[in-house]
Amino acid sequence: MNGKKPPIFGDAFNRRFGKAWLAAGFAFLYLPIIALVIYSFNDSPLPTTWGGFTLKWYGKLMHDTEMISGFWLSLKVAFFTACASVVLGMFAAFTLVKYKRFTGRTMFSGMVNAPLVMPEVIVGLSLLLMLVSVQRWLGFPERGAMTIWMGHLLLGLAYATVVIQARLQDLNPQIEEAAMDLGAKPHQVFFLVTMPMIGQALASAWLLTFTLSLDDVVLSAFLSGPGSTTMPLVIFSRARLGLNPSVNAVATVIIVVVCIAVVTASYLIARAERQRAREMAAAQRAS
Amino acid sequence: MVASQAPAFLQIKDVVKDFSGVKAVNHVSIDIAKGEIFALLGSSGCGKTTLLRMLAGFSSPTSGKIILNGQDLEGLPPYLRPINMMFQSYALFPHLSVEENIAFGLKRDGMPKDQIAERVEKMLKLVQLGKYAKRKPHQLSGGQQQRVALARSLAKRPQLLLLDEPLGALDKKLREETQIELVNIIEQVGVTVVMVTHDQEEAMTMASRIAIMSEGNILQIGAPSEIYETPANRFVADFIGNVNLMDGTLIDDNPDHVIVECADCKHYVGHGITGTEGMAVSVAVRPEKIHVTREKPDGEYNHVRGTIKDMVYFGSHTVYHIQLGSGLVFKISESNVSRHRDDPLTWGDEVWASWTPLSQVVLTQ
Ligand SMILES: Nc1ncnc2c1ncn2[C@@H]1O[C@H](COP(=O)(O)OP(=O)(O)OP(=O)(O)O)[C@@H](O)[C@H]1O
Ligand SMILES: [Mg+2]
Repeated sequence: MNGKKPPIFGDAFNRRFGKAWLAAGFAFLYLPIIALVIYSFNDSPLPTTWGGFTLKWYGKLMHDTEMISGFWLSLKVAFFTACASVVLGMFAAFTLVKYKRFTGRTMFSGMVNAPLVMPEVIVGLSLLLMLVSVQRWLGFPERGAMTIWMGHLLLGLAYATVVIQARLQDLNPQIEEAAMDLGAKPHQVFFLVTMPMIGQALASAWLLTFTLSLDDVVLSAFLSGPGSTTMPLVIFSRARLGLNPSVNAVATVIIVVVCIAVVTASYLIARAERQRAREMAAAQRAS
Repeated sequence: MVASQAPAFLQIKDVVKDFSGVKAVNHVSIDIAKGEIFALLGSSGCGKTTLLRMLAGFSSPTSGKIILNGQDLEGLPPYLRPINMMFQSYALFPHLSVEENIAFGLKRDGMPKDQIAERVEKMLKLVQLGKYAKRKPHQLSGGQQQRVALARSLAKRPQLLLLDEPLGALDKKLREETQIELVNIIEQVGVTVVMVTHDQEEAMTMASRIAIMSEGNILQIGAPSEIYETPANRFVADFIGNVNLMDGTLIDDNPDHVIVECADCKHYVGHGITGTEGMAVSVAVRPEKIHVTREKPDGEYNHVRGTIKDMVYFGSHTVYHIQLGSGLVFKISESNVSRHRDDPLTWGDEVWASWTPLSQVVLTQ
């Protein structure tokens, strides 16, 4: 497609307009975050007036036991949610991709994906109702970390299944057949060939469900009990009581951690890419 | 040819594969001798892969039996069959290095480590990939991947090797080089091979016998020369190589010859065929068995007259297309034995095309 249309406006205008548009987009995305970071250093307890630079909110954070225990709880729940989601999601995806015909397949695949589209409020509410009645009959489970984990798992399972299923569908089925042809029994095919090939999808499903669980408010709000307040719940309840610079400080810490994680990950990926490119070049030279 | 009294090494007995009403493989019976390279040749969708997958054990026949070396393979899963397959897409394990790919099957058999290393090295040497042992498949060229796939499927010393379009993914030039190389390797190992291809040249150069398949049926089984020189029916004649097919009627049936009358000429056919007079038959003549001359040939049989409609020079031979009186276009291929023809033919020339009685084949179906 080389037939360029004559520009309606001059090239220079188009270029400048494009840049302005980009700047506006970025401002919309990042100005709030920048404001938040700046206000976390605000000496005045009022969020609207600037009272000079301070680190006192960060100092307070060190002794904020509620926030710290919320943080550890969130981390724990997110970790177990991610692990369980990936394992269960892998089995669900495997079943859906490998077994094209079994009774209830359509219903099963629909039900696995339903939490993706169901409003979270409804999922949370129905889970709460169920847990309350089960608890009345059996005496457990007590609402707490366990029930939050169950709720997050429900959501995480759906996401993990979708991610892993997509990857499994892309696999060349002949590779698994080749493994079987060479003497691998079905379980060996799975662990020696299928699993390593979908490793990346497993990792991304793990990260996705981990972050999903880490910042979930709605489900946690329904399912948490006394003494099991996750970090997002703490932040949320404090923000409701009025904006508070200590919340800004927590948020800033999280942003910094996320930035470091993202930068490290991209660096590692880029390095692996470079390594691969080098190997490819070497391979070409040798042949 | 398999003329021995003992049952063949691989027997495919009346095998049918039915895909919900469609017979992808329809009552196929083939006997294959030990050490043979046998090719299944047919156009796309004729059931070649389906048959091969039943041999490997990935699907089971709707009816019929497959017997390898006296053992009925029914119910035996792929991982227990003494058969290995080289896949059309090569299907190398992307996360394993070349040597790990080749060792995969040996490890599953629980072979001791030092023996595995020894065997892998032997295989790498066989396919001349010694210095690529540590590479991953994506770091190899298509031809190299093909050789890894071959080494991997030979490593376990299978009784039967299956090749599904073994050279399908290579470009034409590489394919021609590899055909010979592949046959050499297979002969060194001495394994029995069933290969699938839709490329007749590949089947002709590699196989000792060929089965022509069409829509799930086997139309003819024979050595390449048999299939080329004495095709069993019109489909085979037309499918393998180029052919001039003339429809006609048998008008005279004598003990030592028959006469077939077609629109453009009368055919004198001398070799052992008989039929009833008035029977509809076709006569097939290969382009390279025909001569072009300006003068009318002697006798009244086996020549046609027409005008040169097209002429293509190929270096080693020249192909003429001659328009006959009936509208049929006759293909002729003349090899250029000398550098110049005394009297070069050209477009629009009136010529005679003739052939000997033995070079034509009469087909009844
Ligand atoms: N799993 C299946 N379910 C239903 N029909 C099938 C299945 N596999 C193959 N077929 C049908 O069986 C017929 C033969 O297919 P097959 O793959 O054996 O062809 P082929 O000869 O290998 O062709 P190609 O040269 O294109 O690979 C085709 O008509 C195909 O549509
Ligand atoms: Mg095929």
